[in-house]
Amino acid sequence: MCLGVPGRIIELDAATATARVDVLGATREVSVLLVADEVSEGDWVVVHVGFAIGRVDEDEARRTLDLLGDALAAEAAELEAERALEERADG
Amino acid sequence: MAHGAGGTASRRLVERCLPHLGGTALAELGDAGLVERAAGARVGAAPLVLTTDAFVVRPLRFGGGSIGSLAVHGTLNDLAAAGARPLALTASFVLEEGLELATFEAEVAALGEAARRCDVEVVAADTKVVERGHADGLFIATTGLGAVVARPAPSPRRMAPGDRVLVSGPVADHGIAVLLARGELHLDAEVHSDSASLWPAAEALIEACGPGLRTMRDATRGGVATVLCELAGAAGLEVELDEAAVPLRGPTRGACELLGLDPLYVANEGCLVAVVAAASADAALAALHATEVGREAAVVGEVTAGDRGRVVGRTAFGGRRVLDLLAGDPLPRIC
Amino acid sequence: MAESLRFADEYRDPAAARVVARRLEDLAPRAADRLGHEGPGAIRVMEVCGGHTHAIFRHGLRAHVPDLVRFVHGPGCPVCVLPMGRIDDAVWLAQQPAVTLATYGDVLRVPGSDGSLAEARARGADVRVVYSPLDAVRLALEHPDRQVVFLAIGFETTAPATAVAVRRAAESRLTNFSVLCHHVLVVPPVEALLGDGDVAVDALIGPGHVSAVIGCRPYGPVAERFGVPIVVAGFEPLDLLAALELVLTQLAQGRAEVENQYGRLVPWEPNPVAAELLADVFAVRDRTAWRGLGEIERSGAGLSERYRHLDAEARWELPGGSPADPRACRCGDVLRGAIDPPECRVFGTACTPEHPIGACMVSSEGACAAWFAHAGPEPVELGRTR
Repeated sequence: MCLGVPGRIIELDAATATARVDVLGATREVSVLLVADEVSEGDWVVVHVGFAIGRVDEDEARRTLDLLGDALAAEAAELEAERALEERADG
Repeated sequence: MAHGAGGTASRRLVERCLPHLGGTALAELGDAGLVERAAGARVGAAPLVLTTDAFVVRPLRFGGGSIGSLAVHGTLNDLAAAGARPLALTASFVLEEGLELATFEAEVAALGEAARRCDVEVVAADTKVVERGHADGLFIATTGLGAVVARPAPSPRRMAPGDRVLVSGPVADHGIAVLLARGELHLDAEVHSDSASLWPAAEALIEACGPGLRTMRDATRGGVATVLCELAGAAGLEVELDEAAVPLRGPTRGACELLGLDPLYVANEGCLVAVVAAASADAALAALHATEVGREAAVVGEVTAGDRGRVVGRTAFGGRRVLDLLAGDPLPRIC
Repeated sequence: MAESLRFADEYRDPAAARVVARRLEDLAPRAADRLGHEGPGAIRVMEVCGGHTHAIFRHGLRAHVPDLVRFVHGPGCPVCVLPMGRIDDAVWLAQQPAVTLATYGDVLRVPGSDGSLAEARARGADVRVVYSPLDAVRLALEHPDRQVVFLAIGFETTAPATAVAVRRAAESRLTNFSVLCHHVLVVPPVEALLGDGDVAVDALIGPGHVSAVIGCRPYGPVAERFGVPIVVAGFEPLDLLAALELVLTQLAQGRAEVENQYGRLVPWEPNPVAAELLADVFAVRDRTAWRGLGEIERSGAGLSERYRHLDAEARWELPGGSPADPRACRCGDVLRGAIDPPECRVFGTACTPEHPIGACMVSSEGACAAWFAHAGPEPVELGRTR
């Protein structure tokens, strides 16, 4: 029930609520009936059994990754500081 | 049908029926049997090998090839994996009643064309017709004769911990191309079968590595994972695979993601898996890159100690999973 | 490998995982203290969805998770919970003259009392694998001489797709299409498991794609009634680790709320289009049989009265049996989270992916299949990364 793949809408036919979705160059016709009001060409959706079950909120996605990025940066800074301390201790 | 998929059921079929044919050459379970063992034949100093294969594909034509060219490449690749230069080919055609003559002729032409391009001669051929409904259009059975030029002859028993595992190019293209050609899953992608002769790649490895080349296999149905399981099993060692290092084209990956297929288990028809000594790995890679068919070759794993005959895949995330022999055909899934 | 799969690969960064893993190590003792539990596996987190089970094993997440945390595998695998009788119904249908049985690939090898659909196909039945329910409708349109029956399984993620297919068949006035419906709902079995007290669970990781359809709101009453945090998570390894961080934080603070880690896809409210489709096409059954869990009230759906003419159960006299699971099979206990697969006597011996006894070994989401693939037939500690 869970296999959902993110893909980009490269063509959208609002009249029939279908879209052509691209996943790394493989494309399939997908029904966008469930998300018709939310999507436009160029949007990313998650595809499950030939249906777009939701639109990917790119801002939200970026936010999650930014948080992780901040954490990584903080960790890198911490490691730097530790290393600097060690060097001073050795030197 | 599971018996044809290349996994555990296929193996059981082979193990059960093989003894009827006797002989030590077959006992090795490789794809090409040393004729020398069987009949003491040699060509000059090179022992001869014979291989046999049958080709079944639906549809007959697909992106990047057709059953005719498949028959040549597949046969030559069994020889190549045995370290043998192809010498000659035979082809036996089983036609389903009602097959269009033009279709048959096109496949014979494709076979002939592929043989010419691979510089090998078809020295004998035969045709039979069976009733409608009994042959999926056309089956082709082949025999290939080759002369082993690799010294020593490749064998999984020569594998040792520390050896490196290489693949000659991107995986899963053939299986996906055939699925696309069937049109049942309504998917579009620029994916073409990798069907090609691997002899140039094998020859390059033989020249570059000498005894550093332990063994080779052409990955066909069951994919790269199945071949690695067979090698690990035959060697009585383990193989660790770096999944992120396995070359995979974008659209092929996309198709696999959409369908829930694991590319490591999807069929190939032009992908050589080679095991080489660690010291030979750089030379091996460079040699492959200098060939057309091996230009995207990569080092993808390592042979490790252990007697389980197990293959462990390390995922990009650092997770590890056991890659077992496939139980049946890889199936598109929703879960 | 190939180019990056956007919105997936970014969530597979091992460096970021190490950062989160360290935070989990800090949080876990505090969560355990608050719960009043100690020792390895003191904090029991149930991942409801089979897709999450699969992801945990696929990415080796247990190596990044503190010893104090134990994953309890939940019942969210629609293939695993299919009662054997349903497979028997499907096999029977496939063997009827002029019937084409269309199914998802996942179901093909699930054993029934008398073999699987794959085995029926080998004996001559017309069984086709489809990727989408709409493909099954297309089959019916293209083959007016065949009776196409679509075996509809899945939770709420998949039900809207079936609903669209049913409506399309109705609009096209197809007389050669019908649905054998075994859709199930995710909340009732979770409530049944938490309610029967047999399996202790401290928190839930909520299903990601089901929630794309039903939203997060339905989990509120569950969190409140059982006092457990519920965090809806995505399927990438970083999603799961981030969700676990939210879970442990709640536990450490003594909270029991619903949170959404998968905000890039999952809304709070249900999808209104899906809700309308589900209400029109389906009717919740009084009782539904769940493999290994017995009968649960109002936990599954059949076609509504309006679409009865497309219901395979109305069109045919199905055998409709309820055969017991094979005696050796402990899928039920696995699905309830009561045991881990290696504790089942036949795990890895008589029951393997090649010859499965129960559905948990067939489905790639099943805990047994996942465990087998991770550790092989003999459980081997593949070690932690730290």
